[in-house]
Amino acid sequence: MDRVIDLNQPAIELRNVSVQYRLPTERVGTFKEYAIRWLQRKITYAHFWALDDVSFTVHKGEVFGLIGHNGAGKSTTLKVISRVLRPTKGRVLVYGKIAPLIELGAGFHPELSGRENIFLNGALLGYTREQMEAVYDDIVEFSELKPFIDAPIRTYSSGMYARLGFAVASAHVPDILILDEILSVGDESFQKKSYDRLLGFQSQGTTVVLVSHGMGRIEELCDRAALLEHGKIKAIGKPAEVIAAYRSDQN
Amino acid sequence: MSVTIKPVYDSARQSNPALTELKELRNYWYLLKQLVRRDILTRYKRSVLGVAWTMLNPLGTMLIMSFVFSNLFHMVGNYSIYLLCGLLVWNFFSQSTNAAMSGLVWGGSLMKQIYVPRTIFGISAIGTALVNMVLSLVPLFLVILVTKSPVYWTVILVPFVILIVAAFSIGVGLTISTLAVYFPDVLEMYQILLMAWMYLSPIMYPEDIIPAQYLGFYRLNPMYWMIKLFRALIYEGRVPLLSEIWPALAYSFGALVFGWIFFASKSDEYAYRI
Repeated sequence: MDRVIDLNQPAIELRNVSVQYRLPTERVGTFKEYAIRWLQRKITYAHFWALDDVSFTVHKGEVFGLIGHNGAGKSTTLKVISRVLRPTKGRVLVYGKIAPLIELGAGFHPELSGRENIFLNGALLGYTREQMEAVYDDIVEFSELKPFIDAPIRTYSSGMYARLGFAVASAHVPDILILDEILSVGDESFQKKSYDRLLGFQSQGTTVVLVSHGMGRIEELCDRAALLEHGKIKAIGKPAEVIAAYRSDQN
Repeated sequence: MSVTIKPVYDSARQSNPALTELKELRNYWYLLKQLVRRDILTRYKRSVLGVAWTMLNPLGTMLIMSFVFSNLFHMVGNYSIYLLCGLLVWNFFSQSTNAAMSGLVWGGSLMKQIYVPRTIFGISAIGTALVNMVLSLVPLFLVILVTKSPVYWTVILVPFVILIVAAFSIGVGLTISTLAVYFPDVLEMYQILLMAWMYLSPIMYPEDIIPAQYLGFYRLNPMYWMIKLFRALIYEGRVPLLSEIWPALAYSFGALVFGWIFFASKSDEYAYRI
C-alpha cells in the first residue's frame, strides 16, 4: 500500500483548544425557579474543562488515533473537529470535507423504507440527491439488504439497521473520516468487510481520526496517536510509545 | 514550503451567526426537502386514508363548529367559509410553530453528533405545515363549490398572504424553540398560550362582537391581521386595503428578523444544552 502523508499539508489543526461544559449544580428547569434563583444570585454552575489547551496537527493522509480513559475528552475532541461543538477557547481548522461515522442510523425514521432512509440519512450527512443516487446501488449491495430495501425500517433487526447505517455513512470517499469506536458492526464477515473498506479509504488519501479502546487496532492502523487524560494531551507520537505511556499510567 | 490553502472550517472565523446560518441552509437544501417529505409521509403512514386526513381534518372541525356556532352568530355571509378561512390560517400557524419547537428537541440528539444548520428543523416544520396548508385549500374550495358561493378573482393573491403567515410562523417558531432549549416548560406553556390566542383571534366569531372600547387592544394581535387578509381575498373577494396590509407585513417581517437573529445568536450553545 503506497500512502503519501504530506507533512507540509495539515488536514486538521487544533490550536490551544479548550472546551468548557457548564453543569448546573442543581437542575433549574422552569422560568419561575430560574427567576427566583437569578434574583437571589443563586444560579451556580460547576465548570468542567473537557478539553484543556489541546494542540495538535493531523497531516493529510495520516491515520491518527486518540486513546485515553472514559471521560478523558476523546469524544469531545471529535465533536470539536466535526463542528458539532464550537470550542470555548482556541481555534480549530479543518481542511476538507468531513464524514462523521456517527452512532449508526441515528437519523433513521422507523416508518420509512430502507430506500427512503438511505436518502434521508445521506441528506443529513450533507450530500445532495445526485450524490446519493450515484452511490445508491453500492449502498444496497454493501449492506446486503436488497430483498428488504422497500420494507419499513422498523421491521429490520438491529444488525440490519447498523449495516445500513455503516453503508450510507461510508458510501463516499471523504477527505477526512471521523470514527468513534465503530468497527463492531454486524457479524464477523460484515466487520471484515467494513474494515477493508476503511483500509481502502486510507489508501485513497483519506485522513482518518479514530477513537478506540482496542489498543491492538490503534497500533495496527495508526501512523500516530495521542493520549488524552483529563482533557490534556499526555503523550503524542508513535502508537507503540503512546500505548506504552497509557499502560504505564494505568498501573 | 507548504502551500497555504483555505480551511473548509475555521472555528474562529464566524463574523455573523445569522448570515452563516443562512449560507449553510443553502448547502443543505436537499436535507430540507427530505425532512419535509419525511414528515408528510410518516404522519399518516399507518392510516388507510393517508394524506387525505390533512383535508378531512379541517373539514370535520368546520362541520362541528358550524353546527355549534352558526345559530349563535347570525352572519350575513356563509359561516362555513368564514370559519374555514380563519381555521386554515390559524392551523397553519399553530401547527408549524409547535412542530418547530418539538423538531429542535428531536433534532437535538442528531445535533450532538453531526453538524447540520441549526435552523433546519424549524424551517422544515414550516415547510411541512405549508404543504398541509396548500392541501387543505382543496376542502375549502370544495365547500365554496358545494354551497354555491362565489369564487372571486382575488384568490390568486392568496400565495402572498400564505407567505406572510409563513414568515411570521418561522419567526415565532424559532423564538420559542430557542426558549424551549433553555426551559423545557415552554413546550407546555405554549399550548395554553395558543389556546388563549385562538379565542382572542376572530376565527369562529365575527369581529363585531368585540366591544368597541377593546378594539384597539384586540387589533394588536398579529393573527388578527393575517386572518383578515386571507378572508378579504377568499370570503369577501376584495383586495385588502393598504392599512390592512402593512400591520401584517410589519409583524411578519419583524418576527422573522427577530426570531432568526435570536436563534442564531444562541445556536452554538445548543449542542452544549440539549
